[in-house]
Amino acid sequence: MLQEIILAGFGGQGVMSMGQLLAYAGLVEDKHVSWIPSYGPEMRGGTANCSVTISDVEVSSPIITEPDTLIVLNRPSLEKFEKDVKPGGLLLINSSLIDIEPQRHDLKVLTIPASELANERLGNSRVSNMIILGAFVGLTGAVTIESVIGALKKVLPEYRHNLIPLNRQALEIGIELAKGI
Amino acid sequence: MITVFERPKALTAVKTHYCPGCTHGIIHRLVAEVIDELGVQEETIGVSPVGCAVLAYNYFDVDMQEAAHGRAPAVATGIKRVHPDKVVFTYQGDGDLASIGTAEIVHAAARSEKITTIFVNNATYGMTGGQMAPTTLVGQVSTTSPRGRDSAIQGYPIRVSEMLATIEGAVYIARVSVHNPQEVAKAKKAIKTAFELQIAGRGFTLVEILSTCPTNWGYSPKDALKWLVDNMIPIYPLGVKKTLEEGKS
Amino acid sequence: MAKVLMKGNEALGEAAIRAGCRYFFGYPITPQNEIPQYLAKRLPEVGGVFLQAESEIAAINMVYGAAGSGARVMTSSSSPGISLKQEGITYIAGAELPCVIVNMQRGGPGLGSIQPAQSDYFQAVKGGGHGDYKLLVLAPATIQEMVDMMGKAFDLADEYRNPVMILGDGILGQMMEGVEFPAEETALTLAEKPWATTGAKGRKPNLINSLFLDPVELEQHNHHLQRKYDRMAKEVLWENYRTDDAEVVLVGYGSSARIAKAAVDLARAHGIKAGLFRPITLFPFPKAALQEACKQANHVLTVEMSMGQLVEDVRYNLEFKVPVHFYGRSGGMVPTTRAVLEEIIRWAHSGEEDKA
Repeated sequence: MLQEIILAGFGGQGVMSMGQLLAYAGLVEDKHVSWIPSYGPEMRGGTANCSVTISDVEVSSPIITEPDTLIVLNRPSLEKFEKDVKPGGLLLINSSLIDIEPQRHDLKVLTIPASELANERLGNSRVSNMIILGAFVGLTGAVTIESVIGALKKVLPEYRHNLIPLNRQALEIGIELAKGI
Repeated sequence: MITVFERPKALTAVKTHYCPGCTHGIIHRLVAEVIDELGVQEETIGVSPVGCAVLAYNYFDVDMQEAAHGRAPAVATGIKRVHPDKVVFTYQGDGDLASIGTAEIVHAAARSEKITTIFVNNATYGMTGGQMAPTTLVGQVSTTSPRGRDSAIQGYPIRVSEMLATIEGAVYIARVSVHNPQEVAKAKKAIKTAFELQIAGRGFTLVEILSTCPTNWGYSPKDALKWLVDNMIPIYPLGVKKTLEEGKS
Repeated sequence: MAKVLMKGNEALGEAAIRAGCRYFFGYPITPQNEIPQYLAKRLPEVGGVFLQAESEIAAINMVYGAAGSGARVMTSSSSPGISLKQEGITYIAGAELPCVIVNMQRGGPGLGSIQPAQSDYFQAVKGGGHGDYKLLVLAPATIQEMVDMMGKAFDLADEYRNPVMILGDGILGQMMEGVEFPAEETALTLAEKPWATTGAKGRKPNLINSLFLDPVELEQHNHHLQRKYDRMAKEVLWENYRTDDAEVVLVGYGSSARIAKAAVDLARAHGIKAGLFRPITLFPFPKAALQEACKQANHVLTVEMSMGQLVEDVRYNLEFKVPVHFYGRSGGMVPTTRAVLEEIIRWAHSGEEDKA
């Protein structure tokens, strides 16, 4: 198994921590993982992205040029990275924040109105990324939902562990959505 | 027989390389006397510069490090942070401290490193052959200002003590001279004060000492002393520029 | 202890502390900022000193002072900052002071870029500053390897009284991987340093110095240093990957070697006998091991993030017996596995036209 993912959005949207969580979930499963950010001036408010690799064997280069999966949280990221996805690859779009359609027809696409879903169903827009992550888990099986929860326990300080049930609900909404395609 | 004068213990028996009439020898002796009087010879680590005093490590009978040009305050910072209980001093000339090492001395003062800097200002680059220094006076002839330092072209001399006295981390800054016995006595007192404040853990201390360079100035030792009094002191007024009361206490 | 997900720069900082490093002097520059940031937080917790200097030049001279005073001390920077440190590094080498210097390389020349590169290879392995001197240069390829080699880096520095450089790059500094630290801090036995300036209590004064005005003495000093660099030859480290029967042997270090390794596997899947030789010490260079790994090779290909630096040493160390080719990207661009595979295919099939 080798899953290469690019996550991209505006700085502050949580793409970096979403990527770290995913990598950590892989680590929980004793898989080989890597995470690398785009670093530099663009991380100060502009478009930010990170690359995550989850693999059964040693990770060669953490830098991903042709991702299996692209997760985009804003329009510039979709426009920038869509062309790079492997043919037949997966494209997850937060349609709450992106008002254009993808150009390619050789990809598996799931558009998720993640912000609305998070607001409507969970009353908290801050877990919208977890819905998208849930959809990724559901579609790829790259990691399990339990591993993501396990990773959350490591990443969140103890006094924030009360947020874990909410995050689990968000992940489950995503997994449900994945069943739709 | 009564001994009335002898070599301080903190000086080695090595004959110095300094030119006749140069006041580095007096200044070395004052520093060594202070080290002796404070009883810290075995607790002291000195840093020698690049310049005429580059071989100071041969003359001070204490642990020494030889630093790159201008970097003595940084080297001394490294030493003092490892050995906060030791006495650390740098011995630097004007080219070393006020030109290539300006950043290092300013920031050592700003951090209030608990070190003492002996700053010897003779308004010239002695070792390399009398080139213009950051402290060369306007109008003063040097081998790189052969028509005299022209402020329109070469700018103005830097008054290091006054500049450093503006820094909060500097707790004691004084300018002294060694052109006559009275001034030598005052210079020693300033050096001792600086070392004592360092030992008390108060912060950064510096003593600027006006010095002659008969060789590069082109005067006899006696005339050089007179030139220093007539020309340097008006531009570099003597006195304590900052004391602990004005700094942080 | 279970693996934790950690950024390379932070893992390196933690590993330095576990190796007994208690003094760090540095100056901010991307992409190594997490090293000073991590140590600024951690060093005071273990009774150490973190100091942000006014410049790289000041930082390396603080390292000089601290190393001369007997401390386990480190600095880190990235390419332009390492250039600034060269003055202090040559003094440290001349005065024979132990310390560790980390270079998380970025693109050059000049201000260059902040993206990963390997274009400081020559600077690292040939000396870097003025005078005849060498650094002991270690090139980790993973965060785990970087962590594991920190203790060795400090020990080698002490043993040889010589600066040791960890030559990484922006990828190794910025990426996160799973990493495992030793279960508990082992009691460190640090080398005695009777030569250090600690205050001359009950002994003759010590002197830390690189000045030898007498040319006879300086020549003797240089011979002494050279014998030391020759002695370091026994410290060579390397990794062979599928080189036993390899007809095309790739040579790369650090991040590039990871990419080359993946390309080797792809080439094998294409039926090409490819392998990878990865030097872990860049100075001393593992010459005999390289020759052994390449003895059956028809072609050797270096993979670098530079315009071709390692390739010169590979040619030299193979004594020009095998054709050595170069593939590299520069300026912060990183070779892709596919591009490296294409190069392997090209050289694997070269000469076939001649035979036909």
